[in-house]
Amino acid sequence: MKPVTLLASKAFGLTVTRLCHQLIEDHGKLEGLALIGLQPRGVLLARRLRDELRSIIGQQHHAYGELDITFHRDDFRHRATPATPSVTALDFDLEGRKVVLVDDVLYTGRSIRAGLDALLAFGRPSSVHLLVLIDRRFSRELPIQSDYVGKWVDSIGDQRVTVEWKEIDGQDRVILHTSDGGGRVASGIAKGSTADQ
Amino acid sequence: MSLKTKSPSTPPSDQLSVEHLLGIRDLGAADIELIFRTADGFKEVLGRPIKKVPSLRDITIANLFFESSTRTRVSFELAERRLSADVVNFSSGGSSVSKGETLVDTVNNILAMKVDMVVMRHPDPGAAQFLSRHVDARIVNAGDGTHEHPTQALLDAYSIREKLGRVRGVKVLIVGDILHSRVALSNIFCLQMLGAEVMLCGPSTLMPKHIDALGVKVERDLDKALRWCDVANMLRIQLERQNGDGIANFPSLREYAMLYGLDIERYQRIGRDVVIMHPGPINRGVEVTSEVADHANSIILDQVENGVAIRMAVLYLLAARIPRTGV
Repeated sequence: MKPVTLLASKAFGLTVTRLCHQLIEDHGKLEGLALIGLQPRGVLLARRLRDELRSIIGQQHHAYGELDITFHRDDFRHRATPATPSVTALDFDLEGRKVVLVDDVLYTGRSIRAGLDALLAFGRPSSVHLLVLIDRRFSRELPIQSDYVGKWVDSIGDQRVTVEWKEIDGQDRVILHTSDGGGRVASGIAKGSTADQ
Repeated sequence: MSLKTKSPSTPPSDQLSVEHLLGIRDLGAADIELIFRTADGFKEVLGRPIKKVPSLRDITIANLFFESSTRTRVSFELAERRLSADVVNFSSGGSSVSKGETLVDTVNNILAMKVDMVVMRHPDPGAAQFLSRHVDARIVNAGDGTHEHPTQALLDAYSIREKLGRVRGVKVLIVGDILHSRVALSNIFCLQMLGAEVMLCGPSTLMPKHIDALGVKVERDLDKALRWCDVANMLRIQLERQNGDGIANFPSLREYAMLYGLDIERYQRIGRDVVIMHPGPINRGVEVTSEVADHANSIILDQVENGVAIRMAVLYLLAARIPRTGV
């Protein structure tokens, strides 16, 4: 089946801006907050949020970090090849901070579980919230939910959602791929955002 | 509208080409790059408040040391524990080996207790190779006689990469007892594979015949050799391996230190920032004097620190190839 564009660049940008405003709504100037992107693809969203928050607020009051979860994954020796690590950069004390973990797609919840595990090796934050651009609800394998969501996607098993970024892929967009013979498409998902139409 | 191909979230390399780490000679440059990249991740883990990851929590590792070792054994054990592996230690003193048990029997008895990987140091060259053919476990060679010491060579090259930013094109001088040195042999293989130039320097009695067949330069005069190099790796004089055939290889330690030892005067005569390495343990005043060992250009303690990250990377990548049982 032809891939469906769920978010093209305009709606993509609006969604990121909305997420920033939601953070500001809940946390004011974001003092005491730590924005932490998960490697490898969550950091792209986290960097975008950091830059946009700075331009909205005028200053950066929150801490910013990037976290690699490779060695905390639960699929070591389940995969054909081992995952190799990316960079972790957390140069602030986590103790007592409100953390917002940032990832591009929430799917089974296993990456977030590994992310929480990796995060807690650095200290004891006062709370952890989860922000994702895409939440593929109904696909969870662990009891994990998001607090801030760019877009909900009701997808089924053999479909794939990819998030592309201007910085590395040439343009901002979110695409739903369905393999041929993939069967039914859950209702209401094969629609892009009206902002792009 | 053309799109760039989506850059994958999985990095380009995948897994080691070997099931055991027996020697550098079995590896390819891609394997070494993969080990280094993985070690970068572990180095970061070692800087965390909690220096431990759960990757190997279902793996049991036996450390078999049939030859004395402090640094390598501690380094391996720390690496294993920081990967959350279960660890059993075994050293030959006071064990069944002294009661006449063969190597294969000893190891098979340990493996019967459900051990997945074996880290072994042994005085006989080829012992790790032999074991890998006869027992069902992943073998990591922690030094086999005068043959290879692959993790030492990896951590040496990794430390050079860290200090100078690259290994390719770097001129590395290895000084001392080349004849008895597994560190030298593994280093030569590793450095050449990564594109470094290697020169050896030492007394002719401690220089293997035809060593230049490996494509290394040989220089008798230490001062000349030091002027050539970017990095000087000062090997330990292995007092326990000298006089094996009843003939002294050099007249005295004092004479060795005068001709092949690096003191601060000799170091300053080079006139450049040559990086100082030593695989340890140092005989201070023999291979290097204290001022040189503790000099700002000495990376001796960085080598030790990097050893844990390199060994974590090797164990992690080898363990990834162990098929899962049960379930």
